[in-house]
Amino acid sequence: MAVAEVRITLKKGVADPEGKNTLKALGLLGFEGVRDVRSVKVFVIETEGEAGEAKRSVEEMCRKLLANPVIHNYSIRIK
Amino acid sequence: MKVSDARVCVLRIEGTNCEEESYLSFKRLGAKPEKVHLKQLTGTDVTSDEKRSLADYQVLVLPGGFSSGDYVRAGAIFAARIKSRLSRDMVEFVRAGKPVLGICNGFQILVETGLLPAMSGIMTEVPEAVLSTNDSARFECRPTLLRKVNRGSCAFTTKIPRNKISAIPSAHAEGKLMFPVDRSKSIVKELADNDQLVFKYVNPEGELAGYPWCPNGSTENIAGICNREGNVFGLMPHPERVFFRYTHPDWTRNPEGAGDGKAVFESVLDYVSKKL
Repeated sequence: MAVAEVRITLKKGVADPEGKNTLKALGLLGFEGVRDVRSVKVFVIETEGEAGEAKRSVEEMCRKLLANPVIHNYSIRIK
Repeated sequence: MKVSDARVCVLRIEGTNCEEESYLSFKRLGAKPEKVHLKQLTGTDVTSDEKRSLADYQVLVLPGGFSSGDYVRAGAIFAARIKSRLSRDMVEFVRAGKPVLGICNGFQILVETGLLPAMSGIMTEVPEAVLSTNDSARFECRPTLLRKVNRGSCAFTTKIPRNKISAIPSAHAEGKLMFPVDRSKSIVKELADNDQLVFKYVNPEGELAGYPWCPNGSTENIAGICNREGNVFGLMPHPERVFFRYTHPDWTRNPEGAGDGKAVFESVLDYVSKKL
């Protein structure tokens, strides 16, 4: 069995309203020195089979469902 | 074909919630709509009586809602299920010139399946656009004004004069239409050249304006687009919610006439009666 951790991040130049709103709210709560907040989505996927195979199939999952290439980058870490 | 013979498939899965209004919009105009669950088309977990074939319908509607809880991205799961089981039927449907309408969540589904903007071919393998989180990062539920910018290609707006401003309400959290950032300008130009732009969010003067006139920060205020042939159309606002004048916010002051959304359904049924 392999466990893959998939991180879906927004591409550079794509607005991140969730991150920006969180940044604003943290400021309102009195947290100082917060420079930026970015939102990231993480999926943890357990698969059968060995690591190399898992990597390939999770790549395919990212391409077909988990990420939209217009705004997303993804990275995969096999644990 | 006669409008009274036109069969309309209003397709739903778990989380779809605008199927009733969409169904009624076609019913009131004399067509034969039917609310169909995706499983009835794929033939999974249904009896033989419940099975349906997409090819038996003349119009396909993907209504609004929160299909599969908007998990992953709005419309992504519905799109994945269509792509896995219905790809070929879908492409055939569009190739035959039959109209496909996606409202709100339905628009998100059409973009995620690659049926819109479809600047090359009928259905792209990966999405060419996205309906991303509103600039406000909130669910925006408000009346919006749409100016028709289409020059005539779109089968769903032929009964609406060019540049007419229609009041059609929006209700979504992910409606910001975006293209790859580095090519956005040239893609929008190509869409305009192909006559694929249909509606833009405007202020009462008809000018492109910022929030709240544009509820989501969409690229160049685009609210709705169609494919090159004009038979696949998606928009974020809800024409089915303003079929009647009395569901407009200003109806007591302007009680006469039909609702602004009615023309969308009249246009597509006119297309069906002339072309299919």
